[in-house]
Amino acid sequence: MIQSFLGTVCAGERTGRTCGDAMKCQQCDNPAVFHITELEAGNVREVHLCEEHARVYLNQSEGGDGGDPGEPGAVEGKGQKGGGLSGPLGVGQTAEDLAILDKRCCDMCGITFFEFRNQGRLGCPHDYLQFEKELDPLIANIHGATEHTGRRPSRPVPAGVDAGSGTDGLTAIIGLRRGMKEAISREDYELAKEARDAIRGIEDAWTPPAKAGEENA
Amino acid sequence: MRLDTLTNSIGEWLRGTGPDSDIVMSSRVRLARNLAQFPFVSRATEQDRADTERVLRGQIAAVPVGRELDYIDVGHLEEIDRRFLVERQLISREHADAQGARGVAIDRLEQVSLMINEEDHLRIQCMHSGLDLHGAWEQIKVVDDQIERAVSYAFHPRWGYLTACPTNVGTGIRVSVMLHLPALVITRQIDKVFRSLHKISLAVRGLYGEGSQAMGDFYQISNQTTLGRTEDELVQQVADVVPVLIDYERRARDFLVRETQQNVHDQVSRAYGILRTAQTISNEETMQLLSRVRMGVLLGLIGDVKLSDINSLLIRTQPAHLQKLRGGDEDSSDDIERARYLRHHFEGGDSPSRATAN
Ligand SMILES: [Zn+2]
Ligand SMILES: [Zn+2]
Repeated sequence: MIQSFLGTVCAGERTGRTCGDAMKCQQCDNPAVFHITELEAGNVREVHLCEEHARVYLNQSEGGDGGDPGEPGAVEGKGQKGGGLSGPLGVGQTAEDLAILDKRCCDMCGITFFEFRNQGRLGCPHDYLQFEKELDPLIANIHGATEHTGRRPSRPVPAGVDAGSGTDGLTAIIGLRRGMKEAISREDYELAKEARDAIRGIEDAWTPPAKAGEENA
Repeated sequence: MRLDTLTNSIGEWLRGTGPDSDIVMSSRVRLARNLAQFPFVSRATEQDRADTERVLRGQIAAVPVGRELDYIDVGHLEEIDRRFLVERQLISREHADAQGARGVAIDRLEQVSLMINEEDHLRIQCMHSGLDLHGAWEQIKVVDDQIERAVSYAFHPRWGYLTACPTNVGTGIRVSVMLHLPALVITRQIDKVFRSLHKISLAVRGLYGEGSQAMGDFYQISNQTTLGRTEDELVQQVADVVPVLIDYERRARDFLVRETQQNVHDQVSRAYGILRTAQTISNEETMQLLSRVRMGVLLGLIGDVKLSDINSLLIRTQPAHLQKLRGGDEDSSDDIERARYLRHHFEGGDSPSRATAN
């Protein structure tokens, strides 16, 4: 059976298209909002469809008769990879599962998975952790890798912060800022003040102790 | 303001010098970076964008990146000035068309440009003339390091630098060369070359044109993946393929001269003739003809034209540049103005990199 994944990656520079350009559905003139990457026996192929045609496509794939709009009678995929690949975006998922996944949102910036799928852009750095399971196969597909091996920031994380989470501790400010705004609009000034203090605490912790001027001179 | 001084100069990368500059117009490296404490640009509120711009602008100003930078507030520029910066490749089309607080810091040589609030909070770009990817990479590394001392870039140990689009995650690096490949186009080998590039996962796109449509035989080759390999490896991936493409193009040029000498000479001379005499000419045709003339100069079929002049005309005949160069006289159409500019340039015999402007 074919392994399919819904991605929303803006193919951007990969296809020579400008990132974010409206791409048309391969089956009709509606804008393609589903960018499906097919893995067939190690080959990667992209399918671009509107919402409606994507449902049809996925249901056909589900039925196992290879509903490939491009070339009917799609190639049988060999060796299924491990569980990660049959994750929530696998073909075996029903529309309901997809709908549930779409409603999941980032604790920090509030973007829903649906919004990400539509726009092809993530909302904040925390999304990489929030949607890790979904992004993992997608990123593996794009880059053929899931581990960064390049340069790393030289500045240390603050004392007491788990280095394994990178700068996620600082990104928490995004959620706090959102919470503070909501609290203010509800006139819950107590809560707003707590959020503001928490933000300041994080900012202070992440500001390098060596004040400007040390290296800048 | 400063844009007017730009009008009268040409960018360092257009010099037409540097290794293999007969085929490699320019080498470019860019890095995508985001501040950890703000949402990515597409999700950011107006306030977030303004804050991001303020933080980055302040840090860039305070940081010694090797030379003096000028900051241009793109959010408050008129459309023609934004297009002007796009034509000079100092900002992207997306950046020009975006909304809200955004800007670009550039150095006087137009080698380094730092776009704030493009798709990512910060896009650092470094562009060198000719084939000099390693030089561009060494330069951008210094700039990146300097800024990183002052801000916390969004980073995760496993994913690397976190970007708004997962296609850039990891190193956030895009390494590219702009190549002039007229002989491969004329001999109809270009598609074959591109197919083989795709196989080794390099992206090709036309330059100056919309989307992937190439104009004037200029093509950009770049890496497609950004994760799982080091920056040096990714720079090398592009660097490795360029000599092969240069070799193909040189051989195709040799073939043209050897086998179709008269025909090529004729094509080049006609192109030159049209540029010198046309009364109205589109942007597309100008590109195409300048490309042929450029090849003619390199093949020794046309004397008395400098490579840097052709390179500069490629930019100066773009719509926003023309409009700025001509100033007030806005009654005639772009195509008529373009033809007039070209005639004046070639007939006047003066160097367009200085004289005709203003
Ligand atoms: Zn459709
Ligand atoms: Zn988020």
